[in-house]
Amino acid sequence: MFYREAGDFKTSYAADNQTFPIAFDRYRYWVVLAIAFLVMPFIINDYWANALLIPFLIYAIAAIGLNILTGYCGQVSLGTGAFMAVGAYSCYKLMTAFPDVSILIHVVLAGGITAMVGAAFGLPSLRIKGFYLAVATLAAQFFLVWLFNKVPWFYNNSASGQISAPERFVFGVPVTGANTDAWAVYLVCLVFVTGSAIIARNMTRGSMGRKWMAIRDMDIAAEIIGVNPLRAKLSAFAVSSFFVGISGALFFSVYLGAVEVGEVFGINKSFLVLFMVIIGGLGSIFGSFAGAAFIVCLPVVLKLIGVDLFGWPPDLVAHFNLIIVGLLIMFFLIKEPHGLAQLWRVAKEKLRLWPFPH
Amino acid sequence: MNETATPQMQDQTLEDYTTADGRKIGGVMMDLKSITLRFGGLIAINDISFNIRQGEIRAIIGPNGAGKSSMLNVISGFYQPQEGEVWFMGKKRPTMRPYKVARQGIARTFQNIALFEGMTVLDNIMTGRLNFMKTGWVAQSIWLGSAKKEETINRQKVEEIIDFLEIQTIRKTPVGRLPYGLKKRVELARALAAEPNLLLLDEPMAGMNVEEKEDMSRFILDVNDEFGTTIALIEHDMGVVMDLSDRVVVMDYGKKIGDGTPDEVRNNQEVIEAYLGVSHD
Ligand SMILES: Nc1ncnc2c1ncn2[C@@H]1O[C@H](COP(=O)(O)OP(=O)(O)O)[C@@H](O)[C@H]1O
Ligand SMILES: [Mg+2]
Repeated sequence: MFYREAGDFKTSYAADNQTFPIAFDRYRYWVVLAIAFLVMPFIINDYWANALLIPFLIYAIAAIGLNILTGYCGQVSLGTGAFMAVGAYSCYKLMTAFPDVSILIHVVLAGGITAMVGAAFGLPSLRIKGFYLAVATLAAQFFLVWLFNKVPWFYNNSASGQISAPERFVFGVPVTGANTDAWAVYLVCLVFVTGSAIIARNMTRGSMGRKWMAIRDMDIAAEIIGVNPLRAKLSAFAVSSFFVGISGALFFSVYLGAVEVGEVFGINKSFLVLFMVIIGGLGSIFGSFAGAAFIVCLPVVLKLIGVDLFGWPPDLVAHFNLIIVGLLIMFFLIKEPHGLAQLWRVAKEKLRLWPFPH
Repeated sequence: MNETATPQMQDQTLEDYTTADGRKIGGVMMDLKSITLRFGGLIAINDISFNIRQGEIRAIIGPNGAGKSSMLNVISGFYQPQEGEVWFMGKKRPTMRPYKVARQGIARTFQNIALFEGMTVLDNIMTGRLNFMKTGWVAQSIWLGSAKKEETINRQKVEEIIDFLEIQTIRKTPVGRLPYGLKKRVELARALAAEPNLLLLDEPMAGMNVEEKEDMSRFILDVNDEFGTTIALIEHDMGVVMDLSDRVVVMDYGKKIGDGTPDEVRNNQEVIEAYLGVSHD
């Protein structure tokens, strides 16, 4: 009804540049934010928080990160799991070394450390592209996981070889450790995901984003308009890893609480986040959310329908999950590289000029 | 000697002069000295020297494979010649990456269009402004006043170019969806957005119909006339070359076989042979 561009003219370039140029879109996002911040914390329960909401928020941050690298800058990475591990271990080392500093600051710093590590592992991208770069990041994935297992310093010589998060508070409320409340953890993740999305959106709509996209679409032409390929690619690796690192730090500290690196941040994690980005939509911040939501929700929904409703065996339902994801990946890669976000956009475009389509 | 003396004569004295249609031609802007470029055993450019003067439209012509595109690639830093020197604005240019050449005020288009297919027309042209956008990443990430202001100022400039090239209606269209002729125009727009001193056009009219060619010719003349941009262009259509250019370099098999005004070149025996006489196939 109110979703229209017809009659909603832009009178300045700044207005035309807004994140949500259509008034209705803007209101809708404010409503979503208001519900997320003001309503959800009061109705949240442990099951939904741990099964859906918190993993969704944390994966959304990782997907935003990978989307900047792959969707915006065109550099394929299979090292996302390992970079999440870098965030997790950085956070762990910081938490244990500086117990008096706020966990929120540790998470941000963990992102910063991951950004530097990511940029270092991005160096090969200056020489190699596509499949070969993917293999190089795969090497980074295995190397980093091996390193975190091998060097006791990273896990403070703990007997189990695991890292576990000590109890930490934000405004007197525990957010890590054994006594957390779902709403508090949820809010911490929500703050980070909101900040990440805003920063990512701002970076991708300005000159940085255009440099990345120029490199993605045609690196030769990018160079001819004055883009330094080295700086553009490394900045994409750094910014991407920053978000991935934050998501890893949150995954470890506020969500799982204890982590065995090979199990949690293995190659499977890299693929999982990559699938989110592909299904959600390459080159779209919204798509990162859509993809994360889809991948997180699908097994839960399938379990509700298959196991609880029809009484199928759980392993059959788990296989269903894999098959559906696999088919969707093929569909999106072949038919619609811009994923769910594009399907959404097409639907909107049809609506956009309504009621005067011509 | 009158005011509109032939450039050939001016070449020796290098004095400024005014063309018959009132455009001012200045001293040498780009001087290529004995350029030789080899790909393995193949000599793409064989000891070629020529210059481009401030404000002129300089055409490079020659049969396919003559080395014209290679020459533009040398000028824009994509290829490093094995021998010879490139002088720009009175200084010898050291070996330089293409993005640094771009920052010196040299913009170009490609023979095979090199646009960013995944971006809209507007974003493509905005990339031409990247060298004017200096806001740091911190300001950009929180979209501070400076980032916003910079975006608006540069958008304004881009809108001027969009008006100039008459592509207002396709502003928000993804480039991948455009027909060939419009893509060429958008590529020109992106190059112009950089406000270059020297604009290199590699076959800007290839594959266009007569009407599109006329439009493009008009744009090239207007760019040169209104912004004073020096232009070097490669073109096959001799009619277009004769109409547009002040001076013409003729290449064949990597060698320079002619250099002068369109009239001089047209009457040059070697040129006639290269074009009309023996076929190279
Ligand atoms: N990158 C390259 N590697 C090898 N040979 C090349 C390369 N670029 C051009 N050449 C060769 O150099 C010669 C001149 O090519 P080019 O400059 O494209 O000619 P033109 O633009 O006049 O048609 C051709 O024989 C071409 O095959
Ligand atoms: Mg050519």
